Amino acid sequence: MLTTTPTPARQASRALARMIAVRVVGVVFILLVISLLTFGLMYLAPGDLVKNLLGNRPTSPEAVAAIREQYRLDDPFFVQYFTWLGNALQGDFGTSVRMQQPVTTVIGARVGLTVALCLLSFLIAAIVAIPLGIASAARAGSTIDRVSSSVTLIGLSAPTFALALLLLYLFAFFLPIFPIYGGGSGPLDTLYHLVLPAIILAAGLGAILMRMTRAAMIRELGSDAVSFARARGIAERDVRWIALRAAAIPIVTGAGLVLTFLVGGTIIVETIFALPGLGSLLQDSVLFKDIPVVQALTLVVAAVIAVIAIVVDLSYLALDPRVRTREFAR
Amino acid sequence: MSGQPGAPPGSLPGPPQGSPHSGPSATVGPRTTQLRLLPRGPKPAWSVVASFVLLGLVALAAIFGSVVFADATKQSILDSLLPPFTAGHLLGTDELGRDVFALLVAGTASAVVGPLVIALGSMTIGIVLGTLAGYHRGWLDMIISRFSDVLLALPVMLLAIVVAGIFDAGYWMTVALLVLLFSPSDIRIVRAGVLEQAPRPYVEAAQMLSLSRWRIMFVHVVPNVWPLIVTNVLLNTSFALVTLSSLSFLGLGVAPGTADWGRQIADGRGLMADNPAALIAPAVLIVLVSMAINVVGDWFGERLERKGIR
Repeated sequence: MLTTTPTPARQASRALARMIAVRVVGVVFILLVISLLTFGLMYLAPGDLVKNLLGNRPTSPEAVAAIREQYRLDDPFFVQYFTWLGNALQGDFGTSVRMQQPVTTVIGARVGLTVALCLLSFLIAAIVAIPLGIASAARAGSTIDRVSSSVTLIGLSAPTFALALLLLYLFAFFLPIFPIYGGGSGPLDTLYHLVLPAIILAAGLGAILMRMTRAAMIRELGSDAVSFARARGIAERDVRWIALRAAAIPIVTGAGLVLTFLVGGTIIVETIFALPGLGSLLQDSVLFKDIPVVQALTLVVAAVIAVIAIVVDLSYLALDPRVRTREFAR
Repeated sequence: MSGQPGAPPGSLPGPPQGSPHSGPSATVGPRTTQLRLLPRGPKPAWSVVASFVLLGLVALAAIFGSVVFADATKQSILDSLLPPFTAGHLLGTDELGRDVFALLVAGTASAVVGPLVIALGSMTIGIVLGTLAGYHRGWLDMIISRFSDVLLALPVMLLAIVVAGIFDAGYWMTVALLVLLFSPSDIRIVRAGVLEQAPRPYVEAAQMLSLSRWRIMFVHVVPNVWPLIVTNVLLNTSFALVTLSSLSFLGLGVAPGTADWGRQIADGRGLMADNPAALIAPAVLIVLVSMAINVVGDWFGERLERKGIR
């Protein structure tokens, strides 16, 4: 206890580094397995490997030789895999079979729209769902609670594509408030084109977030700490803040989990609204069997999800002093 | 098991199994027989009743639909794009002259059977591997958990689209793929339940009687995780309905021209002006069925929780 070894701050940062390292190693392992499976996709896909990679290009001996050279098809499987992985890590995923452009260029041209769509829907969902979840928990069983839990039931169960088409019919066709399809031109017009798709995505996201917030807040509002705070005569507003702080971890976890929903959702919504984003790119590439693009998108999505999972884990440290002490005491 | 705060006092004509012990942990293996299919409790809300009615109708349509409307996919260009409420065509026809209502009924089987198979199949894998991992622990747990970690690292929808699309999977191939993709979450849930049961006295007692490992796992432990399993099968059915119909909407898993809700919605997209019912009817139906399954699932979960068998 009294020994004058490293300062607590230094000890804490070392513990933090160790914790991050452990998580990163786990994630790298999973990403490696996924990259192996993704690479295997090329081999497992029906049809001739070289023909698949050539696509519509003429099968001249030179083109075939170039492909064999680029993918090192004459080398053993693992040499091919590591060549491919090495290139991928440097941002070179090969050439899109469908568009005859580097995969990185194709993805770069479309990533902005998808990021904007995801951020917008996430923002809408968080702004509506978290306060609603808190209000429902504070007055569990009241009208607001019952109405909002019925609405979340729709958001939770309705398939994105059915909801999207119903809202598209209502608000773009029947009452022409929003554009039916396309990404628009110019930042403001694009934003306008993204509103309806973002609301549709936010319905699913918000439903999950709202349920998690409500459950966490109900649990915290029933805790001893809250009863004690009330007994001390602290105003109900402040009591709710105390409960919210304690409920933050499940809420943030929920926010991280909804990401997987967002991936499936953007594919559907971008396809329906003909938005030129990554989701529609994946859908088109899968139908065209444009394997290099599919490989790149799969790996990118896996990496993004992994990074966000680590960020969520780290946020626990910032949010909850109990986790902080436990992690650093190890 | 008696004396639950929420149990109505009038509806107890004697304890169903008449076991005198108090609490599930007192003897070796409280069995499934304690679990009724529909546990007693207060009257269900109207939404639950409505959901059961809807699901009953859907079940009827799934069984008899393709027989009653055997020629639902038959095209007749002369009758194309009739509006709803035309004589003989309640919801009108689509651009190929197919009756929308007949297609809807005939497509029920394709929309519903797959999801049921997915939920039950993946839960079977979940029960076997989850119990093994949770009870056996050690290297087996390690392998099974890493397997589910890898599959859980990617969203089900993404994997399903990529694999079903690249391999041109048909309906049953897609269903099999989804069974595999749904299993990791089931494995995790069952494993967590088994981990929680394993240190209980009844398991120790069974071990003392030197019952075989398999018998302890699947005859004594699994029935105690049953509520968890049933609720999850229901929730997964709704999730599988959403996933499978999304795939068929995207043109994966179901051949063109088949009677299927997702396919029908995809075909109805272009008909907003001519016959909106071709789009709205299947879309609303799919939302309602998915909601109904969730309502029943929630109700089931609440009742089992109230019974205290968790």
